[in-house]
Amino acid sequence: MTIRLVLNPIMCHAHGLCAELFPERIRLDEWGYPIIDGEPIPAALEAHARRAAAACPTLALLVEADDRAPA
Amino acid sequence: MTTTASTTNPAAGPDEVPARRDPRALTRLVPGNAPLSLDAHLAHYGRLPRGGAHLIDAAEQAGLRGRGGAGFPTAIKLDAVASRRRRSVVVANGTEGEPASGKDKALLGYAPHLVLDGATVAAEAVGAKEIILCVERTRGATIAAVTAAVAERRTRGMERIPVRVEAAPDRYVAGEESALVHWLNGGEAKPTFVPPRPFEKGVGGRPTLVDNVETLAHLGLIARFGPAWYRAVGTDADPGTTLLTLTGAVGRPGVYEVAGGSSLGGVLESAGADMANIQALLVGGYFGTWIPAGQIDDLTIGSESLKQAGSSLGCGIVFALSNDACGLAESARVAHWLDGENAGQCGPCVNGLGALASTMDALVRGGWGSDVARKRVPALLDLIRGRGACRHPDGAARFVQSSVRVFAAEIARHAHHGPCGAPVGQLPTPAPGAWR
Repeated sequence: MTIRLVLNPIMCHAHGLCAELFPERIRLDEWGYPIIDGEPIPAALEAHARRAAAACPTLALLVEADDRAPA
Repeated sequence: MTTTASTTNPAAGPDEVPARRDPRALTRLVPGNAPLSLDAHLAHYGRLPRGGAHLIDAAEQAGLRGRGGAGFPTAIKLDAVASRRRRSVVVANGTEGEPASGKDKALLGYAPHLVLDGATVAAEAVGAKEIILCVERTRGATIAAVTAAVAERRTRGMERIPVRVEAAPDRYVAGEESALVHWLNGGEAKPTFVPPRPFEKGVGGRPTLVDNVETLAHLGLIARFGPAWYRAVGTDADPGTTLLTLTGAVGRPGVYEVAGGSSLGGVLESAGADMANIQALLVGGYFGTWIPAGQIDDLTIGSESLKQAGSSLGCGIVFALSNDACGLAESARVAHWLDGENAGQCGPCVNGLGALASTMDALVRGGWGSDVARKRVPALLDLIRGRGACRHPDGAARFVQSSVRVFAAEIARHAHHGPCGAPVGQLPTPAPGAWR
């Protein structure tokens, strides 16, 4: 099953740990808020994505099953 | 609700007399008139049939779309709530947070029973046992009119589904459906992270249908007269009629009911607009877009026509900006207002809208900073769009994007000569209200 990252922008307080842990897919905007594209995460990067989500102090970063058609 | 596809119905025209046989006529939308009483309403429109699952099909056949701004197909929304297992709730949304809009207040103030009829059949269609009618709390006269109409139905034993009237907070985003539901559940009237959406988990955790009051009024008429009647006016793509709020540089500002596909220029002229004195139209309110005067003749009150012009009717606002105004300065002022109306929740919106408003100021000041500011706008729009829990940042981005496009010549003039000094303040920017 493919996963993707989803951000709850209300919960996010721009701690920035996610971009630190998963720079392959997360960068920060000029105010420190993560820019996340919501695209499916390749299996090779899945552990990094899960680590980034688990490290979020406000639980704003969520790992979701990508229910869209496989790429 | 107008007699023919080509006529418009100036709600502000005191000489307008309702044609008794034409059940469409919302001609009581005349400021100063008392609300249509239940007796007069029933004499005019006849008895209200019972709503049920068949109403969802009728709404689909009619092609009814939401009139709160997003234009979502009503049948799909009804079906989503009706398909849930739990007993549902209907919220009739009359909060109308757009400062330049008056059609919901006009409808509720002068024809409250049309809305209550629609909410009743909608509740019957989705299996709800409760209707909550929300009106901005600053609208005392409207609240009084709907409260009296609810009492009238109750006293006469004609209240099939109980209706509760709630005076909602007067903030721009408070009428967004998740915000309204959050407030009804005891929180602040701020949008929430979705899913779950209100149709899944709304008021009291129940599946909740949140529909604009004008949408419900049309639904009530469809329940009475059927989808074919609804489609007898308008076009295939934009069937039926729609309420418009026409303000700004028009001779007779007010709420007008027009058929889908009517010519935009014709509608303006019927409102007494001097087309030679209009430089641009703001269509769709503060989440909407500017249309330069030169394009008006090609456009109709239709989704396809407006879409091609990069616009949409939204909740039916058409504001005419006169020649003597500065569109750039007016837009900058609205950009600040939209920033002030952000809910303070999502970083990109909180930071981005403020930055966007400052950038608009730099364009108004002109001179030195103008070039930098002009390049900064698209970069900021990229950082703002799609990054909020609700669509407030997207709407504000759309407005600013169209402002810099339509008033490009104005930007260049300001860059060279500084602010033009035109008086600013044609567009309403009311003081912020409360979140609870």
